[in-house]
Amino acid sequence: MTRSKLIIFVLAAVLLAVLPFVVLPLGQAWVRILDTALIYILLALGLNIVVGYAGLLDLGYVAFYAVGAYLFALLASPHLAETFPAVAQAFPQGLHLPFWALIPLGAGVAAIFGVLLGAPTLKLRGDYLAIVTLGFGEIVRVFLNNLDAPVNITNGPKGVGSIDPLRVFGVNLGETWEVAGLSLPSVTLYYYVFLALVVVAVIISLRLQDSRLGRAWMAIREDELAAKAMGLNTRNLKLLAFGLGAAFGGVGGVLFASFQGFVSPESFTLHESVLMVAMVVLGGLGHVPGVILGAFLLAALPEVLRHVATPLQAMTDGRLDPAILRQLMIALAMIGIMLKRPRGLWPAPRHESASPSAAGSKA
Amino acid sequence: MSWFRVRTGATGGSEPAELLQVSGVSKRFGGVQALSEVALSIHPGEIHGLIGPNGAGKTTFFNVITGLVPADHGRFVLAGRPYEPKLVHKVAAAGIARTFQNIRLFADMTVLDNVRVGRHVRTKVSWWHAVLRSPVFKREEAEIRRDALALLDFVGLAARARQTAHTLSYGDQRRLEIARALATEPRLLALDEPAAGMNATEKLQLRELIERIRAQGRAVLLIEHDVKLVMGLCDRVTVLDQGRLIAQGTPAQVQRDPAVILAYLGTGAVQEAGA
Repeated sequence: MTRSKLIIFVLAAVLLAVLPFVVLPLGQAWVRILDTALIYILLALGLNIVVGYAGLLDLGYVAFYAVGAYLFALLASPHLAETFPAVAQAFPQGLHLPFWALIPLGAGVAAIFGVLLGAPTLKLRGDYLAIVTLGFGEIVRVFLNNLDAPVNITNGPKGVGSIDPLRVFGVNLGETWEVAGLSLPSVTLYYYVFLALVVVAVIISLRLQDSRLGRAWMAIREDELAAKAMGLNTRNLKLLAFGLGAAFGGVGGVLFASFQGFVSPESFTLHESVLMVAMVVLGGLGHVPGVILGAFLLAALPEVLRHVATPLQAMTDGRLDPAILRQLMIALAMIGIMLKRPRGLWPAPRHESASPSAAGSKA
Repeated sequence: MSWFRVRTGATGGSEPAELLQVSGVSKRFGGVQALSEVALSIHPGEIHGLIGPNGAGKTTFFNVITGLVPADHGRFVLAGRPYEPKLVHKVAAAGIARTFQNIRLFADMTVLDNVRVGRHVRTKVSWWHAVLRSPVFKREEAEIRRDALALLDFVGLAARARQTAHTLSYGDQRRLEIARALATEPRLLALDEPAAGMNATEKLQLRELIERIRAQGRAVLLIEHDVKLVMGLCDRVTVLDQGRLIAQGTPAQVQRDPAVILAYLGTGAVQEAGA
């Protein structure tokens, strides 16, 4: 069994490593789709800690994504230096913090926001929690939209541009990198960095799940009162779930900002929050492989459909708009999946009876 | 299972005579006086029955001492130290664990994980150790697993460790709830109608299990309707009626108490018993 597992593991690793080379001949746009999907996988894994493990329906998760993105945008673009002469004087070259400092910083700041926004919601559950978190998500977006006056911090609806690409160990991910006879374009370089971070996120998720803390979160999800009666400090445990989940969102935001080179409040609407919850629920609440599958499908499918739908549009003289077609098909797919597989596409396995060995020893 | 004895060493010989001493407990729900001036003391290591007709306030009293429902008044002393049953999780940490009248397991988790959650309050390794899989984490996880499996063995569910909790039979779910409560290392285990819905064989097993729990040095507080079980098992019995304590004593004393007969059977029965 461990042998077959190892083979699957190695095969998956090889597949993921060569994937951009397979896709690249079709055009860089397809590698970009993979990159975006990886960011969404990271976000869905973070949201899974809050929604899947601890059972707290958070409809404002996009707030932490926005915090990470704007944090990076402000620290890695000329915007602050242009607005505040003091900053320009202090850092004449601009703030260009290295990669290994920005990722923990994004995670940390987002985690603080996670705890701050989580604290007022501790006594709420279910629908009420969803409504309040939804409101918080919108509040963050509205702040970003309006913090251009009296002091221009976020540049308002115009957004922040000319954001530095990531630099990892001296390699500028914004340019093609020639190494060992290979020419790796920017999108491929981003792919590998995002993939590495997703792998780290998966490991953290799985390790948290299989620990004292993960079991405590799941106990709260199953029955909060019984969990309290077992001595669990549900307040602290929930705050920890909000904080750790938000940290993933913050990292996702940092990656997004550097990848796009531009952020504006438009990227952080309620629609994004709903999409992330849909990824987690569609894939399988609380089950990491399912969440990855759900995030990949919902992030990549619309992009694939965009390319497929263009010929359809041409055939119907433009009456069938790809954007509408995409939404229609995704909605249909989600309804179908929820009818056929209400626990998600790839839910956590259930054990209906005793394990074979235990049953054998009993008989 | 040496870890699983009740720790008595801390206070040495000056262990207080009463494990739990509550007095003057009152609770009003709107117009209903659910509890008025109820007092109860539980000796270390005794099985104490709490009985009374339906609506007598037994479960409310249970919820008050375990912190689920705040009392209007009341003094609470556990093992010589006053405690405020306000924060539910602190009550468990102080040494009172409970089960629920309508079973409240973590239904979608495995049997083993249910008991492992019970160990949470007695373990302490932080989340970053889990992320790093540090030696401290591994050692504690191994201990949690070992203790949980030992407890499942103790209640007779070892073979079902990997099963999802809601697939267990009714009697097994009750026993799992007891195992989960025992995992918090309580000095006092409070059982809310543990025999409800059990058949004769299961009741016999339950009775034997409660006696083994007492043999570990734990006190048990038992709400139960099955008179045979209560009278056969309990060292002392407290009777509530309409929120008031009407009798307290050994099962034999309580059975003869006119107030108890009155509460259960009405005035006619008292005259008959007197005649």
